[in-house]
Amino acid sequence: MYASGSDAIRRTAADLAAAIASGELSAVEVTQAHLDRIAKVDDKVKAFLHVDAQGALAAAAAVDAKRAKGERLGPLAGVPLALKDVFTTRGVPTTCGSRILEGWLPPYDATVARRLREADVVIIGKTNMDEFAMGSSTENSAYGPTRNPWDLERVPGGSGGGSAASLVAFEAPLAIGSDTGGSIRQPAAVTGTVGVKPTYGSVSRYGLVAFSSSLDQGGPCARTVLDAALLHEIIAGHDPLDSTSIDMPVPPVVAAARRGADEGVRGLRIGVVKQFDGEGYAPGVRQRFHESVELLAGLGAEVVEIDAPSFDHALPAYYLIAPSECSSNLARFDAMRYGLRVGDDGVHSAEEVTALTREAGFGPEVKRRIMLGTYALSSGYYDAYYGQAQKVRTLIIRDFEKAFERVDVLVSPTTPTTAFKIGERVDDPVSMYLADLCTIPTNLAGNAGMSVPCGLAPEDGLPVGFQILAPALQDDRLYRVGAALEAALEDRWGHPILEEVPAL
Amino acid sequence: MPSITREEVAHLAKLSRLELSDAELDHFAGQLDAIVSAVARVGELPTEHVPPTSHPQPLTNVFRADIVRPAGTPVLDRAEVLAQAPAAEDERFRVPRILGED
Repeated sequence: MYASGSDAIRRTAADLAAAIASGELSAVEVTQAHLDRIAKVDDKVKAFLHVDAQGALAAAAAVDAKRAKGERLGPLAGVPLALKDVFTTRGVPTTCGSRILEGWLPPYDATVARRLREADVVIIGKTNMDEFAMGSSTENSAYGPTRNPWDLERVPGGSGGGSAASLVAFEAPLAIGSDTGGSIRQPAAVTGTVGVKPTYGSVSRYGLVAFSSSLDQGGPCARTVLDAALLHEIIAGHDPLDSTSIDMPVPPVVAAARRGADEGVRGLRIGVVKQFDGEGYAPGVRQRFHESVELLAGLGAEVVEIDAPSFDHALPAYYLIAPSECSSNLARFDAMRYGLRVGDDGVHSAEEVTALTREAGFGPEVKRRIMLGTYALSSGYYDAYYGQAQKVRTLIIRDFEKAFERVDVLVSPTTPTTAFKIGERVDDPVSMYLADLCTIPTNLAGNAGMSVPCGLAPEDGLPVGFQILAPALQDDRLYRVGAALEAALEDRWGHPILEEVPAL
Repeated sequence: MPSITREEVAHLAKLSRLELSDAELDHFAGQLDAIVSAVARVGELPTEHVPPTSHPQPLTNVFRADIVRPAGTPVLDRAEVLAQAPAAEDERFRVPRILGED
């Protein structure tokens, strides 16, 4: 338990930004408080791969200088943020959790990093992740696992476990993740935080190291729905440097979060996905999920059941499409222009050096997926695997279209179970993949999804995530429903869920 | 559906430019077989007249105007890039030999 109030690390991002803008706190004080917290607890949590104390304090001092000059500050100016190590940061190490990029100093900033800097958000460090974002537990990091602050023997989800854990450990009030099959939402669910996968194409992929280009999407992670919305509006928007970036206005997500908290969800049509329930779902996950659906119905939402039969095949389709794209994208790690090089002894050829380097530089899950993708794209297997998966992708999109004719949003548990134990699934890829069962359809369809905490499972006292899905470019609906649920649950509990996280 | 043999894994590793050890070949053969058996379920759905989707958005080629980019547009610095190379020589990337001995 902790005392709320003046302790800077416990405050929301919105609250911190207001305190900095009013002069109650300096940005340097706020950044220093978080650096101190990281120094104190990160040897237990291991959320960070790199802490950029110098860069963060300089950025914070610049915010204080702006304020002293009377310049107007942005809505999150001076607030510290933990950036997933899959986004390039100029001159600051970027590893993607891989040995192959150990020590790499990118010569450019990702658009997300640039937008954060331009908004005066203070990037405090780079967070741990499954290697190249391939995994559901952060155990696939070459630099060791991140631990879940709710129970240090358990995983914080993945691939963005470092970003999610940094929020729960009060090391940062904001974080950025990337979501290819659930890597923002699933860690949010198992850590009791908020995570959003925006509509595909609404957050630039420039400088987001590519895993599966038709699925990857950066997005906000926070402790509250409003904080996520404030961050969403900063990172989203058209970018000419990403050819798949959508040239459309960003949906009004901050206004939607405020409206959801104030007015609720009266009149909104909510569809419960029939496929994501029953066998394989932990009893506490089902219980908290259904209680939340009842709560939303009690607030005046119209709840119906939605049948989306193709969703049963989203997981196998994803584990063909994502590895196929990864086998192509990761071909860039050839030991020639950046990163690790092994075996360059004047005897080995370039091709042999590439193979020796990739053998030494990639971990087992990355190797598995590259080989699986290579297999799925092979002549003779292409039609049965990659080709068929692309057709299933069409069926999933059609099921979404049909559902969104009847309802405004779809809801389900974010992930079938609460946080599992470190090591439990590490050598059983198929059981590990099940963690993404409910999050994957959204990535395949390119629409928007959010996970918001909906309580602790009675059987183990661990957080449960409530997933909300909305049509492409209707991300604001996520925030309206998420904020309404968050407000109603906090009203019931009498406090935010993170007040129950054990002290570190 | 076909099961994946150790020999197939060795072939995939070669295509993937991965110099796998013998122990890895044994280990991955069983795992890849289990994964392929699981993902083969995509074949259960009838998709005879269903078009494939490769991307969630309709993709069109994107051109930029043929003008000098404004200051501040990211342009990579040569020295900064070469400083990150595994090996550089004469302001270029130095790579191992690419031609065979014979």
